[in-house]
Amino acid sequence: MSQALFKDETPEINSDTRNELINRFLGFMDDESVLREDEDLFPYESDGLAVYRQKPPLVVLPETIEQVQRILRTCHELQVPVVARGAGTGLSGGALPLKNGIVMGMAKFNKILDINAKARTAVVQPGVRNLAISEAVSDLNLYYAPDPSSQIACTIGGNVAENSGGVHCLKYGMTVHNVLQVTAVTMDGELITVGGTAADTQGFDLLGLLHGSEGMLAVTVEIVVKLLPKPNTTKLLMAAFNSVDTAGDTVAEIIANGIIPAGLEMMDKPAIIAAEAFAKCGYPTDVEALFLCELDGTEEEVQDQLQQVDVLVRKNNATVIHIARDEEERLQLWKGRKSAFPAVGRLSPDYYCIDGTIPRRHLSKVLQQMNIWSQEAGLRIANVFHAGDGNLHPLILFDANVEGELEKTEELGGKILELCVEVGGTITGEHGVGMEKINQMCVQFNSNEINQFHAVKKAFDPSALLNPGKAIPTLNRCAEFGALHVHHGKLPHPDIERF
Amino acid sequence: MANTPLADKDCSADLQAQVEQAAEKNHKLNIIGHGSKSFLGLINDAPAISIAEHSGILSYEPTELVITARAGTTLTALKKSLSEYQQMLAFEPPAFAENATLGGTIACALAGPAKPYLGGARDYILGCRVLNGHGQILQFGGEVMKNVAGYDVSRLMTGAMGTLGVLLDISVKVLPEPQHKLTLVAKTQPGKAIEDMQTLAGMGLPVTASACFDGNMYTRIAGTESAINAASNKLPGDTTDSPDIWQQLREHELPFFNSHKPLWRISVPPLTPPLSIDGEWLYDWAGTQRWLFTEATADAVRNACSAVNGHATLFRADEELKRNAGVFQPLSTTLLSLHQRLKQEFDPACVFNHQRLFPEF
Repeated sequence: MSQALFKDETPEINSDTRNELINRFLGFMDDESVLREDEDLFPYESDGLAVYRQKPPLVVLPETIEQVQRILRTCHELQVPVVARGAGTGLSGGALPLKNGIVMGMAKFNKILDINAKARTAVVQPGVRNLAISEAVSDLNLYYAPDPSSQIACTIGGNVAENSGGVHCLKYGMTVHNVLQVTAVTMDGELITVGGTAADTQGFDLLGLLHGSEGMLAVTVEIVVKLLPKPNTTKLLMAAFNSVDTAGDTVAEIIANGIIPAGLEMMDKPAIIAAEAFAKCGYPTDVEALFLCELDGTEEEVQDQLQQVDVLVRKNNATVIHIARDEEERLQLWKGRKSAFPAVGRLSPDYYCIDGTIPRRHLSKVLQQMNIWSQEAGLRIANVFHAGDGNLHPLILFDANVEGELEKTEELGGKILELCVEVGGTITGEHGVGMEKINQMCVQFNSNEINQFHAVKKAFDPSALLNPGKAIPTLNRCAEFGALHVHHGKLPHPDIERF
Repeated sequence: MANTPLADKDCSADLQAQVEQAAEKNHKLNIIGHGSKSFLGLINDAPAISIAEHSGILSYEPTELVITARAGTTLTALKKSLSEYQQMLAFEPPAFAENATLGGTIACALAGPAKPYLGGARDYILGCRVLNGHGQILQFGGEVMKNVAGYDVSRLMTGAMGTLGVLLDISVKVLPEPQHKLTLVAKTQPGKAIEDMQTLAGMGLPVTASACFDGNMYTRIAGTESAINAASNKLPGDTTDSPDIWQQLREHELPFFNSHKPLWRISVPPLTPPLSIDGEWLYDWAGTQRWLFTEATADAVRNACSAVNGHATLFRADEELKRNAGVFQPLSTTLLSLHQRLKQEFDPACVFNHQRLFPEF
């Protein structure tokens, strides 16, 4: 893979500072927890968005809250930036290291500290894997609802930082709806607890604010999650259509009929063909679109709703309607959707995943425009779509070894995100802004809004040392990108230099 | 007439001018709608900035489960539009008056009996347009359910009691009205009910409310007809002949609420046993929100709550008691300082709702 397109002009860390940090860290951490040799540092050079890479000067792996506090205090004192990192599965470069800062890996915080079956809560450390929570409480007939596709590897601390979603968001919400309390350390080493296990909390919703803050406000060290009883029954209906429009309209009708499916996932033809070739899950490949509609709840409720959905898809001339016969087939049908990314990966040397959200009524317009751009750029696009909540994941197929193709891909990706904003959506539904979409933030927000974001960060981290440069662009960067959101024809902050 | 419906009107520019002027002259403002929740929080005598006329539904997409309205839109108007498509505000916000506004609802973030099952106001907010203390109009979040671009300022505004800015327009997620509802009533005692309500909540049944008062446990289930019939067989008690009790509970219209003593709202973790404070208790939200009429001192109430990781709000009381005891449970020093810094970043001149939430800002 080639280098990222953005220019990082920050100077490298000064070697005296680096040595000072190493000495101080070794005062309270063992030798293996302070990584400083190249071969130990390379695994941390990128997160799940591997086109962006930067070898960190230093990686520390704390295992106690006190160590986290001391690391942050030390870096605060020496004014060294810190990038906190979970499993590194993030897809927006949020955990991309900085040349002048350290990476703090939270992998050693991997314990489930307490499970309260009756209150349906679990106290977990941030390095616990998402899926490990559900596995640990499965015998109690409970589970943790948010299920990002990386759930086998991603950590709950990273989920909080990104406010991760998954295929069951429409009914069960995102991470922010399923976490009750977060204990975190601010850049000056202060331990704060936000949210709580009581019915609600006093004051500002700092718990909500920390979710999706991309490691820029505080470092999470302990989390209380909400657990749900496993649904008594789960049924999956697959319906295929001769047009994406009809599939989208049918989704709208299902919801208009008062049904909130647990999952409602749509794929277009290129994604269907790729998934079927990869997973051999039984998708029809001669259709333009299909969706998987999962219903869960009590047996009676699910039966009633399944019947309603069946009537709706028939009315809308679905060409294939299939209800999974048993649990095995249900999982098989999901396997196709869940392996859509690697499946598409087999069709092309590289692919680039976009994460815009759109009001669903604009689906057809957005797909048509994407097709035009796809042909113009000579780059194929496969689409998977969280149809229930409007979160669209176009996968752009490209070959990074072809000169200029990554640049063309990034340009196409940027245009798609700007289109999402134009139709009333957002540049990121669940992957975060990170480094990847930082320019598009200037399209979605005007300079006053961006300044207000910086002000929020200032309240937590006045010297801007926690994951600086991610998620919220500087106004200069926006001016350079040439896309400052202009309200009512008035250029905000005319005093800023533009170059 | 307080209840006369107001015509749709965009008053953003006028509201902005009022804030700009106040900020410039270092004046304070009290944000007000129709005053349905003006009893909540500490009151000061600053002039009002009224969002009441800034009303009207801006967009409603039933198939995308989202409605956007100006802050002065009444809950009554909102519910009327939603009911045309059999949809609802799932967090069942208490109105406390027919003309309660959406802005006040989000600013106070109160929720009705469905809260432990379907979530509270903060779980349904999708986006908002706000006026900060500089008089800038800013937009955060949006009209889509999944959106992680920038910090979640919309959620920060929810429950901030207007201390961070004036809510102008608000987008919230809505849900379908269940086809059928049924309420069961069973004789019990609070200690047992607190346990039973949690057990029921963990059974995967379509329970959408549970409360205990007057020696009874009330359980509401909702869903399709056959689902309700099946679930009712698994739950204790008989069908009640007064299904309106949930609305009466939400709006504080039950006979229980006829008292002249100070009213406390107690928020505790699930399974917290009854607390030993003398007074009249009502247990809502599966036992996690409790209403208490008591003459006990504020310290006694608050200490008992913090001992169980809960907190207490002096919900209704005379101004003197509120002023002396504080309305909301005091924050830790660290959290208070974080609140003050955020306040400083949104409203440096402290224009909005001085002391409404905490006496320190």
